[in-house]
Amino acid sequence: MSTVSAARQAPAPRLPPLRAPLVFGGLLLLFVLLAGRSLYLQRFDKHFLQEQGSSRYSRDLEVPAHRGRILDRLGDPLAISTPVKAIWAWPEKVEATPERLRALAATLEVTPDALAAKLGGGEDFVYLKKSVPPEVAARVAALGIKGIHDDDQYRRYYPGGEVMGHILGFTGDGDVGQEGIELAQQSWLGGVPGSRRVIINRRGEVVEDVEALRAPQEGRDLALSLDSRLQYLAFRELKAAVEANKAKAGGLVILDTRTGEILALANWPTYNPNNRSRAVRERMRNRALTDTFEPGSTMKPFTIAAALQAGKVQPMTIIDTAPGTLTIGNKTIHDAHREGSLTVEQVVQKSSNVGAAKIALSLPPEIMWAALSNAGFGSPPKTGFPGEVAGRLRPAKSWRPIEQATMAYGHGLSVNLVQLARAYTVFATDGELKPVTLFKEAGPVAGRPVLKPEIAREVRHMLEMVVLPGGTAPKAQVAGYRVGGKTGTAHKLEDGAYANKYVSSFVGFAPVSNPRLVVAVMIDEPSGGQYYGGSVAAPVFSSVMGTALRLLGVPPDAPISNVVLPPEGNEVREET
Amino acid sequence: MVKLNVLLLATLIACALSLVTSRHQARGLFVELERAQALTRGFEVEYGQLQLEQSTWATPARVEKIAREQLKMQLPGPGRVQVIEGRPR
Repeated sequence: MSTVSAARQAPAPRLPPLRAPLVFGGLLLLFVLLAGRSLYLQRFDKHFLQEQGSSRYSRDLEVPAHRGRILDRLGDPLAISTPVKAIWAWPEKVEATPERLRALAATLEVTPDALAAKLGGGEDFVYLKKSVPPEVAARVAALGIKGIHDDDQYRRYYPGGEVMGHILGFTGDGDVGQEGIELAQQSWLGGVPGSRRVIINRRGEVVEDVEALRAPQEGRDLALSLDSRLQYLAFRELKAAVEANKAKAGGLVILDTRTGEILALANWPTYNPNNRSRAVRERMRNRALTDTFEPGSTMKPFTIAAALQAGKVQPMTIIDTAPGTLTIGNKTIHDAHREGSLTVEQVVQKSSNVGAAKIALSLPPEIMWAALSNAGFGSPPKTGFPGEVAGRLRPAKSWRPIEQATMAYGHGLSVNLVQLARAYTVFATDGELKPVTLFKEAGPVAGRPVLKPEIAREVRHMLEMVVLPGGTAPKAQVAGYRVGGKTGTAHKLEDGAYANKYVSSFVGFAPVSNPRLVVAVMIDEPSGGQYYGGSVAAPVFSSVMGTALRLLGVPPDAPISNVVLPPEGNEVREET
Repeated sequence: MVKLNVLLLATLIACALSLVTSRHQARGLFVELERAQALTRGFEVEYGQLQLEQSTWATPARVEKIAREQLKMQLPGPGRVQVIEGRPR
């Protein structure tokens, strides 16, 4: 207490005169320094500091977008993308005990030696395994080995496997389409990942959206016209026929006559898009759309229809085909079996080359060319499939008489199988050529009228005669349904000459009273002893058509006892 | 005058505090939303995988094999099928 009272009593000591201004000046200087520093930071260092700051709390996140599914007409998935992980490593930075590496190898289902080889290969960066299921990747991460990381990927799966491979195609790295529909519809199916800027807290959780930098664009689903039940049926029957006839290849197309939709399109040989490591390019070709062949007799109805429409012949006009050969210039056309006088109907039914050639020669080349061109020959089918071909139909001006005659029975021009099936929609409808498509349609699609309805009905009747006894294809008959169609047995061209190799085909429709389906079958180089279209391709047509009509619930238009087969060895054969 | 100022100050402080709380709540809710969205994505992925699994089990080839071999089923012949005319719906 005494000091306090002493201080109170003592007079205040005098400050040195300069002290106050000095302190004041010093403080002022410090303030100026502070202001200067802050000015400097605000002005000159601002950008760097803001970046440093935002890097501590804001992140740009990628927003993934997946690829759309491919569905069949009933909505069953044909192709689905699902996220997987790619496991990769920086070999130099990998630190792990041998046990750990063995555990890693076991988790990835590779041998420890293979793993060691990858890590010791001297690369800076190696993929240890791609397309790993997320659960496996989580177990790898749980091992906690330094230098081992994973990336998000998508992998596309095709439940249909080899049955659908040719149409769907497949995707490559980054889930980008490389073949087939996957390639053609890339912009529709493909998703575009977006990105957004967010604020995170210290636990790494996103606490606020700052802005969407780019909105993600999800891939869209795509509905095809295919019916997976019919596709499987077509594939199974085609495969069985190719194997039974020891053939090189084959194709089968089912069209809906009301919409032009392709309900099934099968090829053999095929490949599995889920596992392409051993797939050969050769097996990946969608032959029904990208390859052409000389169709043979399946062309005859178009020549006959053109002659009927031009008024040159009537269905009952008699054509003299004796003696089974016809010589034009220095070339001779043969029939596989001799007939005498045939009506125009019988020329189709018994597939007489001489008869068809004679009818064709009664037509001016331009008229015949226009008829074939109107039926879609020489122009691509425009299904939306990449790489489809137009086939060959030369301009009428360049035709010599022998060429016009051989074209009547399908030589000297080439088609693909889908084109051929499309052309038969003219007879399956009342003369309309339907546009074909691989994509689902909402309802009936109008075609382009190319034949008078009564002519189309006359030809339809002739085509029904083909499958009845006396025709070339009694084996194409279907129990319970009236069917119509035409066989083809064409010699193959090899190095410019016709070889003793054949393309056997059958194209037809059913039920004849109101056709719903067109089925086209092509078997390339059958070498099991039989090669006539009526013995090789017609049975395939029959089983596919019968089952398909029953699956679709099409009411029968004939009694079930309608199938009448001629006695063995008494079949009508045809060549071309 | 003083009273008014005190009142305004109190209001200001109250507002500031409520801003802080609501901001905090917003962040909490946002974290929850993010979690829910991640869950949705997870479910979508799982749905895709299940669809894939379903269609793999249901491939016509497999169904036919089991029907024929294990269940000894067969297609009825045309003679055993009766067609019933129905009115289209």
